[in-house]
Order: sequence, then C-alpha cells, then structure tokens
Amino acid sequence: MSKKDLKLKFDELSSVIGTFKGLEIEVGRIFDDEWEEPMGPTPFPSVGTLRNWDRKLLERYKPFYMPFCDLCCLCTFGKCDLTGDKRGACGIDMAGQQSRIVLIACCIGASTHTAHARHMLDHLLEEFGRNAPLEVALNTGVEAPNIRLVCGIRPKTLRDLEDALDYVETQLVQLMAAAHTGQEGDNIDFESKAFHAGMLDHVAMEVADISQISTLGLPKGDPEAPMTELGYGSIDVSKPVIMCIGHNVLPSVDIIDYLMENKLFGEVEIGGLCCTAHDMSRYDKRSKVIGPISWQLRFIRAGIPDLIVVDEQCLRTDIMIEARKLGVPVIATSEKSCLGLPDRTHDDPDAIVRDLASGAVDGVLIIDPKKVGEVTVKTVLEVAPKRAGKKSFSLDELSELANSCRLCMECVRACPNNLPIVEAMQAAKEGDYSPFAALNDLCVGCARCESACPVDLPIISMITKANEPANLLEKFPMRVGRGAIQDTEIREVGQPIVFGEIPGVVAMVGCANYPAGGGDVARITEEFLKRRFIVVTSGCSAMNIAMTRDEEGLNLYEKYSGHFDAGGLVNVGSCVSNSHITGAAIKIANIFAKRNLRGNYEEIADYIYNRVGAVGVAWGAMSQKAASIAAGCWRLGIPVVVGPHGAKYRRMLLGRKDKEEDWIVYNARDGEEVYVGPAPEHLFYAAETVEEAIVMITKLTMRPNDTAKGRAVKLTHYIDLYKRYYGTMPDDLHLYVRKITDVPFTMRDEIMVALEEKDWSEEKIAIPDPTLLDRMVRRRS
Amino acid sequence: MSQKMTLGQTAEIAGPKKAFIIPKPEVVASMIKRAKRPLLVVGSESAKTMTSDGVLVDTAIRLIGKMTVAATGHLVSEFLKRDVQGVHSISLMNLGDRLRDPLWGGFDGEGQYDLVVFAGFPYYLEWLVLNGLKSFAMDLRTISLTRSYQPNASWSLGSMKVDEWKEVLDKIASTLMEEN
Ligand code: SF4
Ligand code: SF4
Ligand code: SF4
Repeated sequence: MSKKDLKLKFDELSSVIGTFKGLEIEVGRIFDDEWEEPMGPTPFPSVGTLRNWDRKLLERYKPFYMPFCDLCCLCTFGKCDLTGDKRGACGIDMAGQQSRIVLIACCIGASTHTAHARHMLDHLLEEFGRNAPLEVALNTGVEAPNIRLVCGIRPKTLRDLEDALDYVETQLVQLMAAAHTGQEGDNIDFESKAFHAGMLDHVAMEVADISQISTLGLPKGDPEAPMTELGYGSIDVSKPVIMCIGHNVLPSVDIIDYLMENKLFGEVEIGGLCCTAHDMSRYDKRSKVIGPISWQLRFIRAGIPDLIVVDEQCLRTDIMIEARKLGVPVIATSEKSCLGLPDRTHDDPDAIVRDLASGAVDGVLIIDPKKVGEVTVKTVLEVAPKRAGKKSFSLDELSELANSCRLCMECVRACPNNLPIVEAMQAAKEGDYSPFAALNDLCVGCARCESACPVDLPIISMITKANEPANLLEKFPMRVGRGAIQDTEIREVGQPIVFGEIPGVVAMVGCANYPAGGGDVARITEEFLKRRFIVVTSGCSAMNIAMTRDEEGLNLYEKYSGHFDAGGLVNVGSCVSNSHITGAAIKIANIFAKRNLRGNYEEIADYIYNRVGAVGVAWGAMSQKAASIAAGCWRLGIPVVVGPHGAKYRRMLLGRKDKEEDWIVYNARDGEEVYVGPAPEHLFYAAETVEEAIVMITKLTMRPNDTAKGRAVKLTHYIDLYKRYYGTMPDDLHLYVRKITDVPFTMRDEIMVALEEKDWSEEKIAIPDPTLLDRMVRRRS
Repeated sequence: MSQKMTLGQTAEIAGPKKAFIIPKPEVVASMIKRAKRPLLVVGSESAKTMTSDGVLVDTAIRLIGKMTVAATGHLVSEFLKRDVQGVHSISLMNLGDRLRDPLWGGFDGEGQYDLVVFAGFPYYLEWLVLNGLKSFAMDLRTISLTRSYQPNASWSLGSMKVDEWKEVLDKIASTLMEEN
C-alpha cells in the first residue's frame, strides 16, 4: 500500500521564523510506495475526471428517456409539470429531470453499499486490527482490481481499505450535491455523474467483500466452494427457527458463533433471506438459504420463523406489522433500519430476552452484533415452544376468505404482473386451490394486491397456503458464493475470451422482480451454459438459478462446475460480490493483456469495451443498488440487459446500428478512423421477452476485436438462437460479418444469401486494433 | 371506497397530460385512414391475448390494411407461422428510440411515421414507451388499443371488460376492412 500516517513531535524546534516548543505535526497519510507499477493518469478521479470517456460512450449510446413520472416535486418552487418541452421553475427539462433521478438512484445505491462497507470495515478493524492482512483469493496477486484501477492504490491490510472508502464517501457527497435545484442542468452531464456513482459503487462493494472474505474465513475464490441447501424445505420446522433478513452478515455471524460455542447448532435452524443468506452460507454452509427477497412475506406468513433478525437493505419496511400479527419477535441490528424499536444495545442480555420472550416488547434494536448473537439464540429457544401450533393456517380458512372476495378486480389492477388473482378466488370458493398454487412462482411478493383490496384479503398468505405442500418439499443445492476469480483462472481464459473463442461471459445478477417468475433466470442461464459461455451469478438471481430441476432432478449447480471457464457456473456471492465480476473483466485487461491498472481507468475500460465479450443480465432488477451496479458496468463498457420491469429505471442507453457514423474507432496501429459495425449494439437495454433477451445477450457479446474464429462462434450462436425464437434469419448480419472468414462454415449458404440481399462486401467493416482513445494510437501513418 | 378510477393499473398513475378516450371504434378506423404513414406495433402479449379472431395476432392481421406492421419481442414468428410476410421485426426499445428521431426513415426509408397504433404489450411497458414518446416525439400521434386505459397515448380505449374489448377490436378491424 502507498500511504502511512506521519506524526512528528519536537520538544524544541528552531527555524528562521522562530523557536517552537512542544510542537506536534500530524501529516495524516503520506505515500510510501513500493508498488513498481507506474501511476496512471486518473488516480482517485473526481466527478469530472472521466467525463470525456463517459461522453464518448453516451455519444454512441444516447439515452432514450421513458419518464416514470412527469412531475418534479423536489423543491418548493414546484411541483412542476415537465411534460413535453415544458421546463420546471428552476429551468430543468424532462431529459434533465429523468437523468437527475437516475443519478439520485445511483447515489442511493452506491451510498447503500458504501455505508454497508463502512460498517463492515469499522467493525472488522476493531475486531481484527488495522494490520489484518487482505487475503482475498487463492493464487491471486491482484487482490482488489477495482480499487487498484480507480484509486491507484494497492491495499494490503484492512487499514488500507479506509483510503478507498474515504474517497468514495467524499465523491458521493459531490454527486448528491449535483442533484440540488439549480446545479447540474445537462442530461448528459447527469448521466456521466451516474456513471461516476456506479464506478464508486464497485469500489465500495469490493471493500465490503474483500474485508469480510479476508477476516471471516469466507471461501477465497474456491471453484469447489461447498454446497448449501436452499428453499423452505431445507428448514426443519420442528426446531426453533431464526430467520435473518438483509445484506449485512455481521449480526448473523455472531448468531452462528454463539450457536457453535454453545453447541446448539443442531438444535436450532438458522436461515436467511436475500444477501445475508448468501454471506451466512459462505461463513458456514450449515446455515440455510431460504430464498430471494420476494419470499420475505411468504415465509413470514407461512408462520415458520420463531424470531426475525433484520440487518439492512431490501427489508420490508412493514415487517413489524407482519411480525406482530404472528407474534414473532424482531431484532433490528442496524442504525439504518431501526423500525421504531427501543434501543437496548446497552442493556443486560437476559433482561432483553425476558422482555422479548414474555411479549412485553415485540422487538428491540441492538447495535452490538455479539449481543445480537446471544439474545437471538436465547430468545428463540424460549419463544419457539410457545409458538408451537401457530405454524399453520388451514385450507378451510382459505376457502372462507375467498368467499368474502367481491370480485372487484382492484387487486389485479394493482398487481405489477397482472396475475389472475380473481380467477384464483373464484376457484377457491369452489374448493379448487390449484389456480392459487399456480400463482406462487409468478408472484413477486410485493403485496400491492393486499393494499388495494377493499376487504383486506391476505392474498399472499392464500397463495402461500395453497402451494404449501410443494413449498415444504422444496430443497435445492446451491454452491455457496466463492468470492473473487483467481488470477490463475484469468490467465487460462483471458485469451479465448478476448479472441472470442469462449463466446462470452454472462453475469446473471440482481433482484427478484421478475415478470413471470424466477424460472426464467434458470432458463437463460442454462441456455448459455449449454453453449459453453462462462456464467457468473450473485444475489437473488444466484438463488433462483438453483430452483429449477431437470427431468433427472438435477439443478444447474449440480450439472455445471464452479470454475471460471467455458460452461462454468460461478456463484460469486452476495450483492457486494458483484465487484468480483467487474474485477474479473479488469483482471483480463491486466493479467492477460498486461495493461497497467493503476489509476488507469479509461484505458482499461476502453480495453474491456472493445475486447471482452461480457454482458450483465439483471432480469428482475428492482433496487437502486442494481441501478448503481449497472452504472459501474456501463462506465467499464459492459452492456447490461434488464427484464421488462427494468424499463422503469426510466431510461435506456441505446445504440443506433443504422447509423454508420456512430461506430467509428481508431485503429491503434496507425491512427486511422475505421468503421467496425455496431458491436456491442446497446449499453442498457430492456427486453420484452426472455427469448428477445437471450438473443440480444448473445449479440451483445460481439466486440470489434473478435478474431475471425471468435466472431464465427458468436455468429453461430446468434443465428441459431434467432432462428429458433424468431423463425427467420436475423436481418442485420451484414453489420456483423466483417470478412468471409467470419462466416460460420455450417451456415455458409444461408448467410451468403442474407448478405447478398444487403449488398454486403468485405471492404466495409474493419478489424483494427480498436480504441476510442486518441492517446492509445501508437503511430500515425 | 374512493371515487371510481379509470386507470389500468393503480400504481401506474398518469401525469397531467392524459390521453383522450376513444369514443367509438369507428374513430380509430378513421384516424388510421386519414394518416399518411400509419404504423401498427404489435407486442409480445398478442400471442396469448384472446380475441374474437383467436388471439390478438389474428386480429392484428385483420387490422393491417394500409398500415406498416412491426412486431416486437420475438413475436414476428407468430406472423410467419400464419404465413403473413412483410411484418418488420424490431424490439420495442429500438422502435421507441427510432420513433423519437424525426430523421428516422422508417422501415422503407421514406420517412418518419405520423400515427402509431400499439396493441398487445405488458401494460407497464407500453405505459413507459408511450410516455417517452409523449415527451420526446411530440409530433407523433399514438393510439393504444390496450384493454386498460393508457394515459400516455394521444388516444386510448377506456378500461373495459374483456367481451366489450373484443367487440371494439372486431369493429375497428371490420371498419378498416370495409374501407379498404
Ligand atoms: S427542482 Fe426544479 S423542476 Fe423540481 S420542483 Fe423544484 S423548480 Fe420544479
Ligand atoms: S403480491 Fe403477488 S399477486 Fe400480489 S400484487 Fe404483488 S405480484 Fe401480484
Ligand atoms: S381486491 Fe380483494 S375483493 Fe377485490 S377482487 Fe381482489 S381479492 Fe377480491
């Protein structure tokens, strides 16, 4: 690492300006550099440093705004109607406002990970000390690619991570300030700032994950990371059940430690929802993964948990109301999410247990993770026997409830997926619960239907009850999050990826706001695994991938290896582990192509954009965190595809393949400006159907640098999938076949017909050493 | 209970500028007839939305008349299965992006469309794209044939029951066919 605290103390110092007694000078941290790699041009970039790079991308991928709200109500000058060419009282127009909201969303997302990282780091510094070494992955020298790239520092200890985090926090404040009334006014500048937030987010996520990997004993990039169990059926309901929800594993770690220290692991079930579940299973594979965020209400309503522990992010904010209905005590553990509960951090643990177990309080806030561990376990052991018998809700009751339905359709109109709830009600009145059970996989658990219902029917509970027999049997293996990709793996696959022979790296990430159930995520994943792409995954998507079995009863984790290699299915872990996905792309540029990382953002992004066929897919993206994670990918030149609900992020970044002038690059060999075709066509794209998404993902893996062999492989997949789903040949092959050698041999005849129809000729599309950066041109002819 | 709402989805609340409700099917037919370059855009839900012709794809085929037709998602396969040629396949995002560009030449290179008729989309997705066009393609007129009111179109059907909607669509198609 590069900086050290410097403290000078003088009893007496004489100088030309006088004599000083008892002088103490603190210089904070000064550079102490042993890193031989030269510093690149942009260490610790400020808000405007990478603006030119962003503008190059945004020139190609112009924002297409789809306002989610036509008004602005951010200040007392308004509210202002911005429809059409109207401007608000501050002068902002609709494009400016939409991009401002994108920036705000990305700031919220990045701040959330940053706050998480700060909490994690502060705690670990206290517990393990400043000099605890960073040991992130086996066979790995580049331990923190995002931090190296963005900050230009090489962290070696926990303390070193503070420098990265200090920088991120400072920048986020600058970005938030840009969203104030009467600051930034240009939509493209707002977009550039959103990219900045995204880049910062990946640094923050990296801090959070590598600090926990290094100190808590999580898998260190192990492709053979152990399998854990996922699903309702993995929970033994005869035991007291602790359910942990959220993203910050610290309180759960102390619960697990307390169980182990007191030899209670076998007597109590502990399961998690959302990313906390991932990180718990990385800490101890015996802790169960109940499911993705969308299962929160369903699982609580099923009456299974005897105690709920919440940490942070993506919690249901009405969780106290839900828990109260079922008499389940709640322990909140984060200052960011206090839920109105009394702060008992400094109270005697046994007194807290007494109050929770007796029902004197329905929940408490405890900020100290160790105390959370003790209180949680003691409380659940007392509460569970009292709750026995409260675990079910009868089918007769379901039918009775359905009888009070007025068939008013308000629920359906409120349902984001327009699910046939009324048909299910009608069938349930007659005692047929199967239509209700069929909703189980399609429902995202948002409870909008219930809020809309004039007779307050508990629609989610009814769905859950109807599908209970199947739910209780659901148990799937999932390889726990392995964390980073090893340097040695990158060395093996760098060349085939850059030359296009491994057709692409597809990252299946993000939340569970699916248009038609999580099965689609498994379907997309399998399509690419069968075709020998590398598939990496994290978060809720990594869970949904586990939940589909083939005819032989196997799921994808059982069928595909965890290696970062062709046909590998790599679960990196929780949300913060997404930094390893961008990290892998960065490491390809560094380890395989030997490009310097240090403070060298533009060059590395330019490399990834032109050469690494990586595509992010967030089929159920919902949160602001997903927005900032995506923004970090865009700035690195990695396209992201979202499902139809993702259009609600209110703008896409779309290329125009019909405009030749948009697809000109420099040939780094001689500085010539050449046309390379629209690859990759889009930077942020919402697909309407799974089939459209699969085809688009395949197309987006094409890069100007593909070798003929690589392009032929990518075209084979593109054409094959297009024909399968669209029933015809793609009409844009003339934009992707550069030379006759790009044409896949087995499809030659039909491709040549398609090319002839478009007057294709070999001279049009160049295969240069592509770059968007003038300064990367080595020699001008 | 609150006052009766006419929105399609309770959470997809409209902005201040809202679509006119199409008073009767003949009005749609006459708007299409009067348009110089009308475009019919058919979305992915058309393969499973029932109408009096079978599914919405079948009704869309009756609607075509003089309109250029675009199928989004991977819906073009449904037209090809029915041996209907000449339908342009384009994703909804790509189409929205081109419709807001006054210089786009259209599928035939002859120039931008002046009227776009939408049918067969997930409600929220159509809502969003129509809102993009409402603000960023202000000269373009849009019609939504969705069964629920689409506030961001220029003209939309009101929310109606399934049978009523099937009749309205049928009437639009037959009026257009008579006139052609
Ligand atoms: S920030 Fe601008 S557009 Fe928004 S309410 Fe205030 S004046 Fe109106
Ligand atoms: S909870 Fe399920 S059924 Fe209810 S509105 Fe949400 S997605 Fe629809
Ligand atoms: S809102 Fe309630 S009463 Fe109305 S149809 Fe839906 S479940 Fe029945």
